[in-house]
Amino acid sequence: MMAESGSSEVAVIGNVDLTSTELENNIINTVMVERGTALLRRMEINVAEAEKRTGKNTVNMQETYTVYLIETRPAETIAEGGTPAAPDTLWRRYSEFELFRNYLLVTYPHIIIPPLPEKRAEFVWHKLSADNLDPDFVERRRVGLENFLLRVASHPVLSDDEMFLRFLTDEKRWKEAVLETGFQDKVDSRLKSLSAMFRVKNPDKQFTALKHYSDDLNTIISQLLRVRAKVADRLYGVYKVHGNYGRVFSEWSAIEKEMGDGLQSAGHHMDTYAASIDDILEEEEHYADQLKEYLFYTDAVRSVCRKQDLIQYELEMAVQDLSTKKQQKEELTSGTVRIFSLKGMTTKLFGQESQEQRESKLEALDLSIHEGEEAVNEKNRECKEFLQTAWGDIERFREQKDNDLREALISYAIMQISMCKKGIQVWSNAKECFNKM
Amino acid sequence: MSGQTVPVDYSGHMLDLDEDEDLEVFSKAPVADGNPMPNSPSSMVNQFRLEEDEPQDVNAKDLFITVDNPESHITAIETFIMYRVLTKTTRSEFDSSEYEVHRRYQDFLWLRSRLEETHPTLIVHPLPEKFVMKGMVERFNDDFIHTRRKALHRFLNKISEHPILSYNQHFKVFLTAEELTSHRKQGPGFLSRMGETVRAVANTVRGLKSRPEEFAAMQEYVDDFSNKICTVDKVTQRIIKEEREYLDELKQYGPMYGQWAESEGNLAEPLKAVASCVERCGKETEEHAHHLSEVLVPTLHEYILCAETLKAVMRRRDHIQAEFEAKNEALASRKSEQEALQEEVDGLSDRMEGSNEALKGDWFRWKAGMRTDLKSAFVSSAEKNVDYYEKCLAVWESFLLSQRAESSDQQDGEDVS
Repeated sequence: MMAESGSSEVAVIGNVDLTSTELENNIINTVMVERGTALLRRMEINVAEAEKRTGKNTVNMQETYTVYLIETRPAETIAEGGTPAAPDTLWRRYSEFELFRNYLLVTYPHIIIPPLPEKRAEFVWHKLSADNLDPDFVERRRVGLENFLLRVASHPVLSDDEMFLRFLTDEKRWKEAVLETGFQDKVDSRLKSLSAMFRVKNPDKQFTALKHYSDDLNTIISQLLRVRAKVADRLYGVYKVHGNYGRVFSEWSAIEKEMGDGLQSAGHHMDTYAASIDDILEEEEHYADQLKEYLFYTDAVRSVCRKQDLIQYELEMAVQDLSTKKQQKEELTSGTVRIFSLKGMTTKLFGQESQEQRESKLEALDLSIHEGEEAVNEKNRECKEFLQTAWGDIERFREQKDNDLREALISYAIMQISMCKKGIQVWSNAKECFNKM
Repeated sequence: MSGQTVPVDYSGHMLDLDEDEDLEVFSKAPVADGNPMPNSPSSMVNQFRLEEDEPQDVNAKDLFITVDNPESHITAIETFIMYRVLTKTTRSEFDSSEYEVHRRYQDFLWLRSRLEETHPTLIVHPLPEKFVMKGMVERFNDDFIHTRRKALHRFLNKISEHPILSYNQHFKVFLTAEELTSHRKQGPGFLSRMGETVRAVANTVRGLKSRPEEFAAMQEYVDDFSNKICTVDKVTQRIIKEEREYLDELKQYGPMYGQWAESEGNLAEPLKAVASCVERCGKETEEHAHHLSEVLVPTLHEYILCAETLKAVMRRRDHIQAEFEAKNEALASRKSEQEALQEEVDGLSDRMEGSNEALKGDWFRWKAGMRTDLKSAFVSSAEKNVDYYEKCLAVWESFLLSQRAESSDQQDGEDVS
């Protein structure tokens, strides 16, 4: 399905056989392709299948896990009406995706890294299983992983990453290569701890606003997903109870002569009605998944904000450090002790230093100040660069989010319409049967 | 005995038709209606007559009754509700063409018990129950009064449509007398009913020799029907409950989109639109649940009570047969008083025949009415469901339209939206 979208967007959009979710996915992917990264122009990416495997894990215990088939194909080889060339394929499990994403997070701290589909099923309504091996969950995860890969592939910066290409094409040696980059050492422990607060004196206003927005979005989408699950639960109940009509009408029709046929056939339609909710709610899960993607995106946004905080903090520390050193130099040259120091105290108690001592101290301090100035410049530069690149990505993200979520709402409306049409059909049929009673 | 005269009249009425050869020719092919009664000429003719008469009844309806205006009456001893009963009629038995009286629930109870006493094997439409204990509904709660009033109205209309009951003397008194209390004291009342009940119990204990096949089948049907209709009622109540819970969640769900819109820029408009759509669908859901409560539930409830009425009618018929059989046995075993006994036995035999015929005739009538009423209620509910989905469909389609209009505006300016 994804393969087609690259070559003939118009045909895809016009295809009325697609479900609303497939349509929605295709629209997103079409947008991505039209935006056109170099990678996507030459390659098509699918996560085509999922399979169960068993094997020994790190503690030598048997475990069952799922692997996903990544297919890649050169983009140009699809001729109109011709059969597509066989794709290159490899299998990856969820933990490998996680490793890859962590690499991206560390390597591109100024980029909002696309999220992975959820590790465990959350916001489930009662009928849905929270089991990772449940086929419906696996299917939705497959779609989510494909979506992740396409998001990375369509990102102007991320798509050029070498590890990404290897992730897609080098089954065995990718893991070794990514660990060799040493990205795990670069992880700042301060960033890891979510509760670590470093007090920034002059927080950037735009980033502060962004952080608040991201928190708000996280809260509201969580609440929305929770209530949506409850609504789904209730709607399930309404539909399923109608199944009881089916049964009792059938039994009742057995004791009636004239009314029997009408009752019996009406009962069948009640059964149909009751059964229809399963597909309806399964489709709605795709909508929930689209919301979840942006829920998880808020974590990525928050990461970028925290990184900016950290850089700002480091800059302020460097500036303060420099200021302290300059002050020390001033004291040394003027002889006054304005800043309390042990040195100063001992000097007072044990007598003044010699001229040579003072001069060597001054030299060391000058060097230190010079280093400090360079550090401040460096941090300043880092800060500016971060602000610029991050803000560029944030703008890109904002536009993407507005478009994607609007499309998600549209697809939600399409789902509701489809549900209503089914309802009209079933109840019109039932009414006809009742009329024949 | 009070029960004697009318059944004899009724069966006499039928015997008349029976002798009319022409009607037999026109009678329809045996229409199976779930009642496996032998297609005797009289029953076929009855079917024909009733089915033909039904539409004509509507056109020839000459008795129109409404029950409305519930008013609270407070006395030193009690509080109760009075209902206004308006009657319009062209029947010659009535002195006037319009009557307005006020009746309380007790008066309706009185009327129904007199009708049942007078015609023990006719199917007298049930009254709404005394008061609802489940759900702790207060007696004078508005919903309760509304439901009761509608049921009382149905009751009187059902009686007015009955070819025999509508000509009953007590019915006329009920509709016309200013003061009912004086009339209520006349006639066999509580004590005789007591006596009958005791005898009825005694007879059922002794058991019936054998129930005629058609009535055995009727009994079986009544039991099954009672079962099924109770189940349908339960299912319907459950659906209403689930719908109301669904609605509660929707009321939380919709506003969240509105809340979200507050922190958004471009997304605010579609989010607010979705919030509005969910709200409107919620309103439709509320209306739907209301319709079920107003239309389907009362009808189902009525027929649950009808099933109980049918069971009582069958018991009374059985009792009449038992009384005859008892006397008949006595006649066979006793050597003295043969003549007097014979007369009694003949009387009881006639009474039994009459009761059986009355029930058979009314049975067809009842089944036809049941079919009409339930069909109408189910059709109406199905229609309401279609209506509900059509309205929701329109809500979401208008949202889609608004979004597509937006995107085409955007597309003019940008590459892709």
